[in-house]
Amino acid sequence: MQDLSNADCIVIQGSNMAECHPVAYQWVTEARLKGARVIHIDPRFTRTSATADKHIPIRAGSDVVLLGALIKYILDHELYFKEYVVAYTNAATMVSEEYRDTEDLDGLFSGYDDAKGSYSQQTWAYASSDGEDDETPGTIGGPAAGHEHGEAKSARAAGDEHGSGGPALEHARVLRDETLQDPNTVFQILKRHYARYTPEMVADTCGISVDDFEYLARSVTENSGRERTTAFVYAVGWTQHTLGAQFIRTAAIVQLLLGNMGRPGGGIMALRGHASIQGSTDIPTLYNILPGYLAMPVAGLHDTWDEYLAAIGNKEQKGFWANADTYAVSLLKAWWGKAATAENDWCFDYVPKLTGAHGTYQTTMAMLDDQVEGYFLLGQNPAVGSAHGRMQRQAMSHLKWLVVRDFNMIESATFWKDGPEIASGELVTEDIQTEVFFLPAAAHTEKSGSFTQTQRMLQWHHQAVQPPGDCQSELQFFYELGRRVRELLADSTDERDRPLLDLTWDYPTDEHGDPDAEAVLAEINGRHLTGDQAGRPLSAYTEMKADGSTDGGCWIYTGVYAGSVNHAADRKPGREQDLTALDWGWAWPANRRILYNRASADPEGNPWSERKRYVWWDAEQGKWTGHDVPDFVPDKAPSYRPEPGTGGPAGLAGDDPFVMQADGKGWLFAPKGMLDGPLPTHYEPQESPVQNPLYTQQSNPARKVFPRKDNLWSPSGDSPGADVYPYVFTTYRLTEHHTAGGMSRWLPYLSELQPEFFCEVSPELAAERGLENGGWATIVSARAAIEARVMVTERMTPLTVTGRTIHQVGLPYHWGVGTNAVVSGDAANDLLGVALDPNVQIQESKAGSCDIVPGRRPAGEELLRLVAEYQSRAGSTVMTSNELRTGHPESTPDTREG
Amino acid sequence: MDPKKTFLSWPVVRQVRSGDFLGRGPSVTSAHTRELAPRTATADKVVQSVCPYCAVGCGQRVFVKDGRVVQIEGDPDSPVSRGRLCPKGSASEQLVNNPGRQRKALYRRPGGTDWEPIELSTAVEMVAQRFVESRRRTWQDRDEHGRPLRRTMGIASLGGATLDNEENYLIKKLFTAAGAIQIENQARI
Ligand code: SF4
Ligand code: SF4
Repeated sequence: MQDLSNADCIVIQGSNMAECHPVAYQWVTEARLKGARVIHIDPRFTRTSATADKHIPIRAGSDVVLLGALIKYILDHELYFKEYVVAYTNAATMVSEEYRDTEDLDGLFSGYDDAKGSYSQQTWAYASSDGEDDETPGTIGGPAAGHEHGEAKSARAAGDEHGSGGPALEHARVLRDETLQDPNTVFQILKRHYARYTPEMVADTCGISVDDFEYLARSVTENSGRERTTAFVYAVGWTQHTLGAQFIRTAAIVQLLLGNMGRPGGGIMALRGHASIQGSTDIPTLYNILPGYLAMPVAGLHDTWDEYLAAIGNKEQKGFWANADTYAVSLLKAWWGKAATAENDWCFDYVPKLTGAHGTYQTTMAMLDDQVEGYFLLGQNPAVGSAHGRMQRQAMSHLKWLVVRDFNMIESATFWKDGPEIASGELVTEDIQTEVFFLPAAAHTEKSGSFTQTQRMLQWHHQAVQPPGDCQSELQFFYELGRRVRELLADSTDERDRPLLDLTWDYPTDEHGDPDAEAVLAEINGRHLTGDQAGRPLSAYTEMKADGSTDGGCWIYTGVYAGSVNHAADRKPGREQDLTALDWGWAWPANRRILYNRASADPEGNPWSERKRYVWWDAEQGKWTGHDVPDFVPDKAPSYRPEPGTGGPAGLAGDDPFVMQADGKGWLFAPKGMLDGPLPTHYEPQESPVQNPLYTQQSNPARKVFPRKDNLWSPSGDSPGADVYPYVFTTYRLTEHHTAGGMSRWLPYLSELQPEFFCEVSPELAAERGLENGGWATIVSARAAIEARVMVTERMTPLTVTGRTIHQVGLPYHWGVGTNAVVSGDAANDLLGVALDPNVQIQESKAGSCDIVPGRRPAGEELLRLVAEYQSRAGSTVMTSNELRTGHPESTPDTREG
Repeated sequence: MDPKKTFLSWPVVRQVRSGDFLGRGPSVTSAHTRELAPRTATADKVVQSVCPYCAVGCGQRVFVKDGRVVQIEGDPDSPVSRGRLCPKGSASEQLVNNPGRQRKALYRRPGGTDWEPIELSTAVEMVAQRFVESRRRTWQDRDEHGRPLRRTMGIASLGGATLDNEENYLIKKLFTAAGAIQIENQARI
């Protein structure tokens, strides 16, 4: 975070940092005071724009065109950082001759399967140095994938399994042309792929003038290279799209070309919105991964331990994922202790298997089908915070039992008596057979534990007081629940109960029954189990073994409890340290603050420049040193070259800085791992008033759609009926509220600061629709109609796109309908439908189509009639906008299972 | 005239005597204000903490008196936040002490029109029973090809991004051992 102050240029895109991450924004301010240029690219003018050098308004969802044009500009003007690009990225690597680009196939990459609506990634593989293409080109598994091919793999959210590095390759033997001239090099493919992403295309698609584009391109390129670095900052404005992961990939390509990765003041900063949302991904309360980004096994692919091991990391690939077996065995030992032995494959068959995508939206639909009986809500309020609030509430009314653990009586706990569907008559309280338990939760001051903040730093918060009344920590509740469940099953001889009964579930508790969080942290860190070190905490994940002599619940966190010291609680004041502040908290992995920081030195190990000195090779001492923990084998000299074919960390050359990548290089082109293409390509959002100007293919052909009557869409582009929902809406947060409001709309202070739901519209749109500042407006999508106070403001700019004026409506999404909060209001998320990014299964909430009219919405049945009337005028059916491959109406699979 | 008021208490003289030339400091402080002490000064202890809202992770100092949180302020020691908090972080004392906060377990029976009070331990026991029963009813041992699944699709969970790492760890561990795979949190929303 502090490192942003080292940047010479900062591009904030898909984030309103000054308002949503206000305290972090001081580092942007600091950079600017030191002369850095700050550019804010966002549909709205916000406080971030006000304090930037320039605000560039953009049409929501068109970011790949802008960034793609930046790539083209860099390549055309030869402004890339040549030495960095050749040595540290896969620019010189050759790709299989079978690969076909979207430029050849009008918006599809090679390998698309119409019937499945997904890609086989085979033809995207690197060409092999074994003369020919490998027997099995591209059969390179992810840390999670093994022998899987694209179509099988798309059954799972593979993209975010790679939170700690890229997917595995079969081996590291690749063909390279360091002149970058061979037409099959990544470099040349990149050139061809972005050839049509011109400044004029940007003007036409994003609504950004050629001059503004030039300003951006010059700012970024003039502030990159040996002496200078540029940083990108994003938040959910980039992720919440049907190609969200590709937005970020595009920025990664820009940053690799400019040599900004792994260097001070460079990189791509993800600003995350919850105290431990990073932690809850590392130690996942997510369906598709185990702690430390190890995959959950999939039936049919990882039925046996050997299949699983082959999938998570190949001994022949380069880098630290080759040791994935040690991480997996240590995890299983941590969970099943003595029961986990070499003979029973460390209890691998105790781990349940996936059969497809089991994300939160798939689960919601399974509830509607009465397949889910019980649901726990742990500090989350889906009735307001998830896409398609109506579907969420309807789904919960199908449950047998619901446990809500929260501070306040959130809307998800009371939908059965005061939700909008009760008001509209769609649900009747007495008919809802759901049993609801409300169990109050302890606050951060009432329990000890660690949060992992947005830069992977764990910080311990100490318990200050006892929780009041019945309030309990989740630690205590789940420990207690586990204890009771095990008690109920104690006499069971059923084999299915063994995983619960053999589970290590014994933590020291205080006099109130609250488990000791530090004991849990110690288990996460891992221990030596045998030898004279037995019982001692591991100090680094490199100490983990695959023979059962170590345990550890999350390998990337190993070291946080090194020397039996809770390093998450390290608190040396910042003013007594340098900017990196290694003695405050602990960042994974290995307390490293900037990932891949070996790239901050040149191939010989010297800093690229004095100005950007960060980590370097100390030849006298024979080790890497600098301001941070070097992200490299500590004593591996820059000149080191492994024997060809060597796998694992030993296979990394002294100038392979991307140590978690299977070839040690930064990936401009992703030969594996991205389910919707090896290069980012522009597609329109699922719902868009604009026809894709680049390809016949309108939207991401690999996105996940759910054609069903309760999830209709506006027609897009030039299709008839698209003008019924003529405007783009986008959702966002305010400084004074927190997501669905569970921690803010119950607080009088914050409620007073932002009391009421409103929409932001431009004066032009207000004139067009007769909207009055301070008056009411009704906003209608193909799913719902909601009302909001109108704010007419020049912060919203009408954009000219493909010759037409496009208006955008801004909607903060914090409010919900209920009777318990200090402030309530209609929920913006009710407008959203469910269509997902294929890589991470995240919903598209940042761009949708709507109409807006003056006045309040009707109530009761009349409200439903209004929505239906719009749907019929637009001619929306379950097929509308759900065609995966444009022009092929048969390609509308329900991608729920895949 | 108040006998205690002398020439020396004339405003201008007070300002000069106290060096408060702008007249915004001690020279104009009321008796009431003088008797006030900040809650931070009278606290029994100060505990280092972290803001529970967004992922910037601003440092907090929690001031405690008589077993109650009396104030929460930014921690100037934090190299990330350097003592600052935004409106949310600054409001977190109210998050903890808000009179509207739910402090009791509640139960709504099937078809019920209102909440009913329930003993916490009764509620937890009921949840444990339902957990076991739903798991049994919805158990899937193998798929249609006979491959092991060893799971239940009848129990799901949502939440974690506001919780501690240690809490998420126990949740993932327990659910996985129970075969409940549908665990999700804000990271995918
Ligand atoms: S409103 Fe409060 S938090 Fe915001 S700038 Fe003013 S004093 Fe600071
Ligand atoms: S004080 Fe504000 S910026 Fe800091 S962590 Fe809390 S919510 Fe985020």
